[in-house]
Amino acid sequence: MSDIKIKIIDREGVSHEVDAPTDMNMNLMEVVRSYELAPEGTIGICGGMAMCASCQCYVQSEHELPEKSDDEEAMLAEAFFVKDNSRLGCQIHITEDLDGLEVELAPAED
Amino acid sequence: MIKTDILIIGAGPTGLFAVFEAGLLQLKCHLIDALPQPGGQCSEIYPKKPIYDIPGYPEVLAGDLVDNLMEQIKPFQPGFTLGERAETIEKLEDDTFIVTTNKGTKHHAPVVAIAGGLGSFEPRKPLLDNLSKYEDNGVAYMIKEPEVYRDKKVLIAGGGDSALDWSIFLADVASEVTLVHRRNEFRGALDSVEKVQQLKNEGKINLITPAEVVGLKGEETLEMVSVKDTSTDEVTDIEVDNFIPLFGLSPKLGPIGDWGLEIEKNAIKVDNTLDYQTNIPGIYAIGDVNTYPGKLKLILCGFHEATLMCQSAYQRIFPDKKYVMKYTTVGGVTGFDGSKKEAPKAVVKAID
Repeated sequence: MSDIKIKIIDREGVSHEVDAPTDMNMNLMEVVRSYELAPEGTIGICGGMAMCASCQCYVQSEHELPEKSDDEEAMLAEAFFVKDNSRLGCQIHITEDLDGLEVELAPAED
Repeated sequence: MIKTDILIIGAGPTGLFAVFEAGLLQLKCHLIDALPQPGGQCSEIYPKKPIYDIPGYPEVLAGDLVDNLMEQIKPFQPGFTLGERAETIEKLEDDTFIVTTNKGTKHHAPVVAIAGGLGSFEPRKPLLDNLSKYEDNGVAYMIKEPEVYRDKKVLIAGGGDSALDWSIFLADVASEVTLVHRRNEFRGALDSVEKVQQLKNEGKINLITPAEVVGLKGEETLEMVSVKDTSTDEVTDIEVDNFIPLFGLSPKLGPIGDWGLEIEKNAIKVDNTLDYQTNIPGIYAIGDVNTYPGKLKLILCGFHEATLMCQSAYQRIFPDKKYVMKYTTVGGVTGFDGSKKEAPKAVVKAID
């Protein structure tokens, strides 16, 4: 299996079920960008270094996700609209274990 | 009035390399950047991170790349207006431009190259209802003049280097310093974290964690800040003269977005079949700030775009001059400072 299904609710509240490849070294932020579910320039601004919070999302399914790195923890501590289930999409690597993942994009900061 | 041939807005890697390519054509450059130092994102966001796709460098730290570019363009003596944001542009009758910064510095050039990357870095503001009411009335997002805070009660929010460093500095200046952060952990240089710990133990910094600022109060000027302890949800009002949220910077396209340039996907549309010119002749956009079919936001693409932009700029400035591109290996590099670099000449000598 090289594709998994992910449900992504965009910032307008619209739900999208997309196929995400597990063999392309992609992260969740890149999946969102590849399907253009948020306008360019409003997501993945730092390029995926956990140095901005533009790819923040709320994880709504019960999947077991990798632990947050110190960088991600620190960035989420400074981000706005943070909830208990907040993660940075750029730090979530697409693997087969994430099949069926459901996330909602956090609002843009502006 | 600062006069130059090519006015470059943005001193990131693309803007810096444009100085070199312009210099080879004997064109002088001046750069404007909102940040206090050159290098753009490379210096501001990730100076210690490696880049692996700069041609010829298997690995280079972003900060080192900037240092090298500064060294490479030194002979061409670029001018810098740093810590100021390009605000307005005016096209004169002779088709030249005047660009004025937020501090009123005026720049005059026949060619403007926007190399603005993601935009200018602006302080991130916390989401508080009446925040704007107190801006310049007790709320500031950066510390320009520390003496303003002498003998004042100051509350700083944030958990990064600038929040730590300014808390340390103001501990000796202000009458009271309170530092509020959402977590117990701080992200900063070890020295700074230890120093804050020490000042806290000495009672010179009032540290409140995990907590966040949830409200501002005051008639005309700021008088109180409401701080919520996020472990107990208890809200306490703290009497202050100043509130300084230090939540880092985020890039905004900013005033450039109002210059009449065609914008698509938060970037400036350019002609990628020729010279990266925008819809306004004489204004170019190069590097991450532009967009065209197939655009990639890579430093190496910015270098290429800067090079073609300079050739086009040359023809715009000298429409009647004939010119062909010369390899640096052949022509060497002659700086405006009188320096000259060139390949050593081969010796022509008979062997007996």
